[in-house]
Amino acid sequence: MVQGRDIFKNKRVFILDKIMPVLLFLCATVSVLTTVGIIWTLLGETIVFFKLINPIEFFTGTKWAPLIEPKAFGVLPLINGTLMITFIACLVAMPIGLASAIYLSEYAPLRVRKIVKPILEVLAGVPTIVYGYFALTFVTPLLQTFIPGLGLFNALSAGIVVGIMIIPMISSLSEDAMMAVPKALRDGAYALGATRLEVALKIVVPAALSGIIASFVLAFSRAIGETMAVTVAAGATPKMTLNPMESIQTMTAYIVQVSLGDTPHGSVEYGTIFAVGMTLFVITFLLNIFAQYISRRFREEY
Amino acid sequence: MFNDSNKKQIEGRRRFDFYLHLLFVAATSLAVLVLLVLIIDIVIQGAHMLKPHFFTNFPSRNPHEAGLLSAIVGTAYFVLIMAPLSFILGVGAAIYLEEYARKNKLRSFIQLNISTLAGIPSIVYGILGLALFVRGLGIEQLALGRSVLAGALTMTLLVLPIIIVAAQEAIRAVPGTLRNASFALGATKWQTVQRTVLPSAIPGILTGIILALSRAIGETAPLVMIGALTFVNFLPNDVFDQFTVIPIQIFNWVSRPQQAFHDLAAAGIIVLLTLLILMNISAVLLRNKYQRKG
Repeated sequence: MVQGRDIFKNKRVFILDKIMPVLLFLCATVSVLTTVGIIWTLLGETIVFFKLINPIEFFTGTKWAPLIEPKAFGVLPLINGTLMITFIACLVAMPIGLASAIYLSEYAPLRVRKIVKPILEVLAGVPTIVYGYFALTFVTPLLQTFIPGLGLFNALSAGIVVGIMIIPMISSLSEDAMMAVPKALRDGAYALGATRLEVALKIVVPAALSGIIASFVLAFSRAIGETMAVTVAAGATPKMTLNPMESIQTMTAYIVQVSLGDTPHGSVEYGTIFAVGMTLFVITFLLNIFAQYISRRFREEY
Repeated sequence: MFNDSNKKQIEGRRRFDFYLHLLFVAATSLAVLVLLVLIIDIVIQGAHMLKPHFFTNFPSRNPHEAGLLSAIVGTAYFVLIMAPLSFILGVGAAIYLEEYARKNKLRSFIQLNISTLAGIPSIVYGILGLALFVRGLGIEQLALGRSVLAGALTMTLLVLPIIIVAAQEAIRAVPGTLRNASFALGATKWQTVQRTVLPSAIPGILTGIILALSRAIGETAPLVMIGALTFVNFLPNDVFDQFTVIPIQIFNWVSRPQQAFHDLAAAGIIVLLTLLILMNISAVLLRNKYQRKG
């Protein structure tokens, strides 16, 4: 027979068993609510902003000066700056990241892998403000010895540092994709007399291509959203230029600039944070979805 | 057998393999070298600023009196608020997704949502934090102002996706036989989760949380959005006070033109990196212990 105390105990067990799934489900919904919250706040303030500023002016204007008279609200200079940084970063990170992924996956002995991989993880874990400091006090002076007349704030130095920052991302995601290629494929090529390079470039890289491209897209998106390094090192002068020696401003750096100042809630200047933030969010969101689509759709199944 | 032209062709391919091997090694060493240069540069710049008063003084206009005290205390507040909160929310979500959720559209929607959230730029979380926590969506009673709590809550949302994914992996690694044994003894689902699954997944979960917290400690951009003050010469009394944290203080020092403040920034970076490396080492130690057991 079950005694009184045991009934109580069983009842508690029974109730817990019923309540916990609900509580755990609530925990899981926090992430969905976060997304809803982000979209809701961005959208709400952006709509208010677009009632004051014509969206056509915003998306096609080539002058960005919301804080100084005469005011202008064309976001293109910020997008131009962001893309320039991202482009330089990709030029640095894609070859180096892919080469080190090939090395780690196809050439490196286990002992070397065990040392290098944690070092790359540390490189990925260095806070972005540290990279900003590094760009400003080390990379820029270094570049100035090669390029006379290079200003203290320039897109080149910031772009290189953002590139360094995304190397570990490309290298580790690409390496994961290459490691997933079955050994039998490699053995087949070796049996035909292929060198290691031929195996790497003609067998492994094509087979892992979806993962490699996904890693490129994710790194691209990460570079677009990078904030502190470009705020510190790239300057605060939004302009339509393709010259990497000049000071520019990215979307993220603009948002930081406004929030450092004393911008009253509800003003047009305050609204620009949300309009620029919305643009940034939509671009990175689409890139992330695109990366997931590539790695799923084009994955080679063995 | 092989004639001369075959030999030449093979030699050429081997040479090509050799040169590109060198190139791949060079690319990898370059990445490692950059980390080395970065650390050496920072130590050279900042080591002479690491005097005892650097840890006990407040920020100051005089770089030789300035210290990191309010920033260190702010970061400590952050960890104390974030650790339990992100543990409950992150592990709760992971348990739901791994143990309870049916493999239906809702589950894959939540899962897709988590992986997308992980890729959103941190500054966008700052905008969310500004609207949701600092201003309380315009409702005065909910507004937390530019407080420690508002900052820590924003950061919790930022690291939640990382923690959920790490916890899911740890839970998935628990063998199904353990669950079956628990059910066979008459345990309920929750009892099984609580007494069997969680204890054997906890090292992996803790590793993930430590790594996520170390990411949060170094994060600057969202807190600039929240309006973490850059000149805080007082300690927060409670979680509703204004605050600064180590990376914000570094940002403040880097933004000034004088060399002495840049050196201070380097000293701050030494403190921050030491903290992060200690956290990473403890995460690795936990992981190793866990792997040996498994």
